[in-house]
Amino acid sequence: MRIEIEHLYKSFSNSKVVLEDINFCDEVTSLSVVGPSGGGKSTLLRIIGGLLSPTSGSVTVDGTKLVQDERHLIQYRREIGFVFQQGGLFHHMTGRENIIRPLVSVHGYSEKDAADRADELLTRFGLADDGHKLPAALSGGQRQRIAIARAVAPNPKLLLLDEPTSALDPEYTTEVLNMVSELSSTGIRFIIVTHEMGFARKACDKVAFLQGGNVVEYGVSQEVFSSPATPQFRQFLGKMFEWS
Amino acid sequence: MSLASSGSLISRNEGQDNMNLFIEKEGKKAAPLIAALNIVIVCAAIIAFFWVSLAIIDLKFDFSFLPKYRNWILNGFKTSLGISLLSLVLSLLIGILSAVGTSSRILALRYFCRGYITVIRGTPLMTQIYLFYYIIGTAWGIESRFISGALILSIFEGAYISEIIRGSYLSIDETQLEAARAVGFNRRQTLRFVILPQMVARTVPALAGQFASIIKDSSLLSIIAVVELSQSFKEISTSTFHLFESYFTLGAIYLCLTLPISFISKRLERRFYYEN
Ligand SMILES: Nc1ncnc2c1ncn2[C@@H]1O[C@H](COP(=O)(O)OP(=O)(O)O)[C@@H](O)[C@H]1O
Ligand SMILES: [Mg+2]
Repeated sequence: MRIEIEHLYKSFSNSKVVLEDINFCDEVTSLSVVGPSGGGKSTLLRIIGGLLSPTSGSVTVDGTKLVQDERHLIQYRREIGFVFQQGGLFHHMTGRENIIRPLVSVHGYSEKDAADRADELLTRFGLADDGHKLPAALSGGQRQRIAIARAVAPNPKLLLLDEPTSALDPEYTTEVLNMVSELSSTGIRFIIVTHEMGFARKACDKVAFLQGGNVVEYGVSQEVFSSPATPQFRQFLGKMFEWS
Repeated sequence: MSLASSGSLISRNEGQDNMNLFIEKEGKKAAPLIAALNIVIVCAAIIAFFWVSLAIIDLKFDFSFLPKYRNWILNGFKTSLGISLLSLVLSLLIGILSAVGTSSRILALRYFCRGYITVIRGTPLMTQIYLFYYIIGTAWGIESRFISGALILSIFEGAYISEIIRGSYLSIDETQLEAARAVGFNRRQTLRFVILPQMVARTVPALAGQFASIIKDSSLLSIIAVVELSQSFKEISTSTFHLFESYFTLGAIYLCLTLPISFISKRLERRFYYEN
């Protein structure tokens, strides 16, 4: 899938510039976005996901430019899966209902087809016994895996994950990342914002390093991680691996 | 050796049990028997206190006059319950409309709703009863005391319900709304599948509590001579001179009405408690 970003700026009402002239053009199959906190990673991902409008500039996906009005954006979001850092499941619905409801109401599935699809995904990812529970009764790892299942259920053309493991205990991080990796191997394209450098390096083809609202470094993960071209990325990696 | 140690284990356990008869950690439920014991102690202490107080001033109660006034009491009870139920429905309506109104795009409506909530919550119900009944009601020819009583009570309680509804809307997590957009819900679907269910879960228990307030507050309508429960007892007490017995019976009846409601409210709270 071709993603093209041109002269993208974003500033919030408090006037601090969060994204400053982002330019990007490449085929995306599996891309990690890494960088220090506050660098604008979530903001960029939400703009790509159609959840936030840029101050100026454009995003083009597969040759179609994103029109920044609610009617077009709703249509666009329906083709994208989004996973939040935490709290993205609807609190008042069971895990299974979380998957079924959007399939029925947004994607036009019948109740039965939606239920079958939900059960298929829950079984496939070892969640068959947890689907009937409310999010509050699930572990953080189970919640995130159900959130991912909900995001991929309607076969989106792109899956966006914003630090899906940052709020998790380390023991759950692996099971969530394994799920992303398995989905990737079955052909799902994704962009993930993450602090898991091992995952960014091994499971994602490309990596973008975002700092101070700029893409400071971009390239093939294997190459960029073994020989960073910029001192900023080198310094960032130094900090990330200080204790590992 | 082993006997001695197991012996000390038992005695230590007993020691803990003794302490636990009267003490329980904050936020933890006491075992049913222990709870019952402590409740009995509290009740006994309170009854003893009033018993002694009565003895000191040498007062004796006589409730034997009550059955004679059965019909007065029954009529008052029906009026109170009727006004309260009508007010519950009306105040809910007023509460919802004014809660929506406070964030209306039409500025006049927005400020009217905000002003309504602020003034009503900031003044005594008694003032409002006099204002609405004697001035507005008279001017516009609302004859029925029952209807105007219910209307006044609804206007009063509506302001509180409005704040309950607004509070439960504001307490909806921002991420829930963003997730709704992310799965592709439009505004109507977000309202129907996310906002309303979550608001109902937070509002219904508080509404049950508000209903108890409505029942109690309806007693103030006696000042415009609506013959509801407390007015019935006022009349009974003046014709029998059994002042204390009348008002204690009144209190007991109100308690019989409000206790089940607060019980139901607690149950609803637990039923809808799905967060964390
Ligand atoms: N809704 C918002 N309003 C104002 N400032 C925001 C908002 N969202 C993010 N920011 C600011 O934008 C900057 C980048 O945020 P974010 O994109 O979340 O960074 P990251 O995900 O890389 O940690 C931060 O300084 C943050 O305070
Ligand atoms: Mg972030």
